[in-house]
Amino acid sequence: MVLACAVVRPWGWSEAVFAVPAALVLVVSGAISLPAVAAEAGLLGPVIGFLAAVLVLAQLCAHEGLFRTCGAWMARVAARRPRRLLVQVFAAASVITAVLSLDATVVLLTPVVFATAARLGVRPKPHVYACTHLSNTASLLFPVSNLTNLLAFAASGLSFARFAGLMTLPWIAAVAVEYAAFRWFFAADLDVGADVGAEAERPEWPVFAVAVVAVTLAGFLLTSAVGVNPAWAAAAGAALLGARALARRRTTPAAIGRAASVGFLAFVLALGIVVRAVLDNGLAAGLGRFVVDDTGLPGLLGVAAVAAVLANLVNNLPAVLVLLPLTAPAGPAAVLAVLLGVNIGPNLTYAGSLATLLWRRIVRAHDTDVDLGEFTRLGLLTVPAGLVLSVAALWASLHLIGTGG
Amino acid sequence: MRVVVWIAEGTWPACVDAVRDLAPGPADVVLLHVTGDAPGAAHGAFAGLLGRGRPDRDPGTDVEHLAAASAERLLDAAARRLGRPCTRSTRVGRVEREIVAAAEDADLLVLARDGDRSHLGPRSLGHATRFVVDHAPCPVLLVWPERPPDVTSLPPPPGPRKGGRAGH
Repeated sequence: MVLACAVVRPWGWSEAVFAVPAALVLVVSGAISLPAVAAEAGLLGPVIGFLAAVLVLAQLCAHEGLFRTCGAWMARVAARRPRRLLVQVFAAASVITAVLSLDATVVLLTPVVFATAARLGVRPKPHVYACTHLSNTASLLFPVSNLTNLLAFAASGLSFARFAGLMTLPWIAAVAVEYAAFRWFFAADLDVGADVGAEAERPEWPVFAVAVVAVTLAGFLLTSAVGVNPAWAAAAGAALLGARALARRRTTPAAIGRAASVGFLAFVLALGIVVRAVLDNGLAAGLGRFVVDDTGLPGLLGVAAVAAVLANLVNNLPAVLVLLPLTAPAGPAAVLAVLLGVNIGPNLTYAGSLATLLWRRIVRAHDTDVDLGEFTRLGLLTVPAGLVLSVAALWASLHLIGTGG
Repeated sequence: MRVVVWIAEGTWPACVDAVRDLAPGPADVVLLHVTGDAPGAAHGAFAGLLGRGRPDRDPGTDVEHLAAASAERLLDAAARRLGRPCTRSTRVGRVEREIVAAAEDADLLVLARDGDRSHLGPRSLGHATRFVVDHAPCPVLLVWPERPPDVTSLPPPPGPRKGGRAGH
């Protein structure tokens, strides 16, 4: 019901409007015990704080012109060659997704990439699709890259550095599969040259913002290494950039509040409580026989495949909330395999899941101009291959680095 | 005579030049641009982010506006290059189907090859262009966006191989 409302969003209301009362009803009716609520809130609280800080950080980077500059840089380096532009877009989208989360790539980078392609006079389609695909695929690297990762990170007990270390090879493998697939799939669009006469402006990097992001990233590793929640590093980075932007009147406290998306944060907390209640009231017992204990290569492939299928049916957020309690007992390897499934999987279905897609078909929202057959063919080309190779890379990393415990 | 010219990124100058050089003076020239599914892809990516119920943040809307502005700029440049009176037309949707629909009342549709243009052959047409050529409801003028490759790039003829040449 909560999921249905989150997908449908009746009367355009925020998802939290339904999820929060639903969670309250479950708590008041005793469907979930108070200690369980406290445990869930204790787990999700820092995650939500972390998420809010990263969302604010990305929005402040946009105010400082980071994404605009990124566009100018791509245009200049691409030198009117579509294949080179695709390399730039892959580099920018992979790094921005990893460091500033997939929301930054979808909301802030995609329009810039379109504008850059249009200014160069090259066909925009491969480059825009690269942003949408990489917002999922390239979100494997750091705990901050995706909300699914933050949830899994909290449940896995890994340090920030070890999480990133284990996910580096899978991240590279998944992005490499995307690149090879895009070069082949969009060969005709990439063969068409650019218009002559497009002037590339000189990129002027917002040095302060880039430095703050770099220091924040180092802060993630440092805080995690000394046992402090890395959310504090994200908060410090956002505070630093926010204070400067406020002092220079480039933003307002209200805008920063909007960037933190309080409704979204409340939705995540409520969804977590609802999923926990559903699990405690039978679903866990039903799914109990699927609990993973094999963390060899076939076992990890199976976990990733189940996670990908579930993500494509509902959405990767509820999928990860359901799968984490089932896989966490088997250790970090299974949890990371879930992440590979829920992060790469959504590229198979337009709008991320069948539930959202079907609803958008019903209301005919915006999607009349997307060729679903083509979108799905591209997904079939990238998702299975990306999953298999990244799981193999994860398996290799686990043997090389270990889970540290 | 109504001539519809498909103005597509990267290949449009050749189409405009062909019309300028070949179309009869009194012809009614329509410059047509179609915005494809880039805005739709952005809408879909945002819809995949469950819980961010803020339609004002949907990047698809930004991309729609950018695409409209970009189409106008492209048609301006094409009209300047054409250098004679013409009509401008923009459409949004499945590119190949919009072009075929727009060519319904045309006496001539002008478009360019946009695939692998290192060889003569069917691969020199991208998917959308192939569809338009196959389904066009009017005569079609298919131009090379740059100098066509040499005739020696033709693939070898089918038929008896190895045992010598067949025929005359």
